[in-house]
Amino acid sequence: MGSRASTLLREEEIEEIKKETGFSHSQITRLYSRFTSLDKGENGTLSREDFQRIPELAINPLGDRIINAFFPEGEDQVNFRGFMRTLAHFRPIEDNEKNKDPTASEPLNSRTNKLLFAFRLYDLDRDDKISRDELLQVLRMMVGLNMFVSQVLRMMVGLNMFVSQVLRMMVGVNISDEQLGSIADRTIQEADQNGDNSISFNEFIKVLEKVDVEQKMSIRFLH
Amino acid sequence: MGWLLPFDNLLCMALGISFTVWFTSLLVFIIVPAILGVSFGIRKLYMNSLLKIFEVSSSHIVSACSEKDKVTLIMSTLEQEIQELRSSSTTLSSEPEFEMADIMSFCRRGVESIVDDEVTKRFSAEELESWNLLTRSNYNFRHISLRLSVLWGLGLLIRYSFLLPLRITLAATGIGLLVVLTTIVGFLPSGRYKIHMMCYRICVRALTAIITYHNSENKPKNGGICVANHTTPIDVIILANDGCYSMVGQVHGGLIGVVQRAMVKSSPHIWFERSEVKDRHLVAKMLSNHVADKTNHPILIFPEGTCINNTSVMMFKKGSFEIGCTVYPVAIKYDPRFGDAFWNSGKFGMVSYLLRMMSSWAIVCSVWYLPPVNREEGEDAVQFANRVKAAIARQGGLVDLLWDGGLKRGKVKDTFREEQQKLYSKVLVGDQEDQAEDRPLEFSTLRPEEDEETGRLDRQGEEQPLDSLRLREDCCLRLQGNYTLRPPTEEKEKKEEGDRLGGPSEARPQEHCPLRPET
Repeated sequence: MGSRASTLLREEEIEEIKKETGFSHSQITRLYSRFTSLDKGENGTLSREDFQRIPELAINPLGDRIINAFFPEGEDQVNFRGFMRTLAHFRPIEDNEKNKDPTASEPLNSRTNKLLFAFRLYDLDRDDKISRDELLQVLRMMVGLNMFVSQVLRMMVGLNMFVSQVLRMMVGVNISDEQLGSIADRTIQEADQNGDNSISFNEFIKVLEKVDVEQKMSIRFLH
Repeated sequence: MGWLLPFDNLLCMALGISFTVWFTSLLVFIIVPAILGVSFGIRKLYMNSLLKIFEVSSSHIVSACSEKDKVTLIMSTLEQEIQELRSSSTTLSSEPEFEMADIMSFCRRGVESIVDDEVTKRFSAEELESWNLLTRSNYNFRHISLRLSVLWGLGLLIRYSFLLPLRITLAATGIGLLVVLTTIVGFLPSGRYKIHMMCYRICVRALTAIITYHNSENKPKNGGICVANHTTPIDVIILANDGCYSMVGQVHGGLIGVVQRAMVKSSPHIWFERSEVKDRHLVAKMLSNHVADKTNHPILIFPEGTCINNTSVMMFKKGSFEIGCTVYPVAIKYDPRFGDAFWNSGKFGMVSYLLRMMSSWAIVCSVWYLPPVNREEGEDAVQFANRVKAAIARQGGLVDLLWDGGLKRGKVKDTFREEQQKLYSKVLVGDQEDQAEDRPLEFSTLRPEEDEETGRLDRQGEEQPLDSLRLREDCCLRLQGNYTLRPPTEEKEKKEEGDRLGGPSEARPQEHCPLRPET
């Protein structure tokens, strides 16, 4: 009872975060109360379990990777500054920012930084290259486990079509390892330019140059 | 120290007199009307004056604060995002198409749910638009003005030094009377229910609960089940104030156990041992037996299973909807300006919760009795439960959520993630999968590799919504003997044709599928 969000966050801190991330004053206080409501242990930091308690994040196939992006290398807790720094990548780009002073340091939510965030979701070992394995891993996370459709159906060869149809109905759509492998190969083939069979950050940028990254990687506020 | 003695006597006399005055006025103004079921209207007067004070204070806040831009998000779901992924593409290739930008939809949806999600905010107190002069609901309202702070201080004084002791005394009286009288009346055959009502009325006054009952013609009748949304244990007192119910629940120890045993003496309630709670069949059997006897009071059940913060209604557990008797839905909505009624069981124990309740301004709520419903033909328990839930949510102005209230403490099941994965898989290979099923069914192999090689079916650019239920339905239709397949919109034309011809509709062969059914 008693002190809540705004009293624990000092004005100087809010100003610093504002300069670093570009969020407005009220957005920062609002996000701070969100941070404290997620912080069940009330120790000023969030752990991975705190994030996983959000059901909509837990059912997201890439949920674990997104949560990882909040935690700096090797650490298990994130404080409010780190939380805001990561969220800043998703701040929508406002019109008045587009013509800003080019000599100023790049804001966290620039197109390049958004692309870097997406790139790091693929590049788990941080070697600045997306290898075929890393691509396959992300693909597998997004499509789910192969519930042995192809194996089962191969077994059902010659059996009553009714049964095999029923089986197909039950297991639904699944994608075999071979299909995923060919998807990965095709993707790398299209993107790779220097022939090292992996995708570097620059190649990544090239592939996505026609994509409206600013809109796709920004959270949508209702204004 | 000798000079204190005359004051000592004076002090004692003063205390004695004030105590007598206090207790007499308590008796006259509160307890006797409660026993008789009469009201002086003091609480309504109190509520109206509070409302005026709140209006004054909120106008202060609005004038002092600058424009706050809200950090509200456009609420969409991951399913909608996935389905929009290929909506702009026009090609229908036979090969699965993956774009590296696909992860951005997942990513954005994930970060949006970190900023604001529908579920976790239902398990903590609702945030108010404007401050109601209670410290506990002061979120972002910094020191606004001196006048407001003075009001707040005054309110604090009144609440803790006058209202709180008053309410505690009343509550003690109410519970004491309940225990004593039910024991006495237990030996007598009649007049049992009047005792209950009287005690509940005292408890209602103890909390300064101002309740408005709507549509009393729909009040639950004997031999039925009453379901309501659950916000706090006080829900029981609020409903029982207006009618007799049988409670269902676990046997507790301590004070609550004493109350439970007292209640059982005068009318049948269903209390379970802790070990029996897990046995769903036993629970269902006891409920059915109780309901079958038409002289028994309606059972009061809260199907959510846990307390939710009164901004939404979460998934109803289907157990009470399987019994097959009439269900009387009730919607309860608390007015958050007078005090937050939600019991955050993780944060506050029962005693501190009750103290908070008794030191708020008041508990103002509305109770709507909805018309009774029965399970319809062809409706299973889950659909029935959802129907009732939607009706309650609509009436109470609450958000209707499909999420389980058990997520307060437990983790979400993996099957929900698998559903999202399936959806995305369909986006990748969706067209291809439909084509595979469009093939004529042969008694030979049905290997996936072969499916990829068959010719495409020309869908004339028709966009198939990615609805797993529809795909399954198509499968069923095909299995019923229509060996050649047609896009679903053509089925309607087929049906009309069939009606015209007056016979079983003839399958129309597709361009690439030469098989016809044998008629």
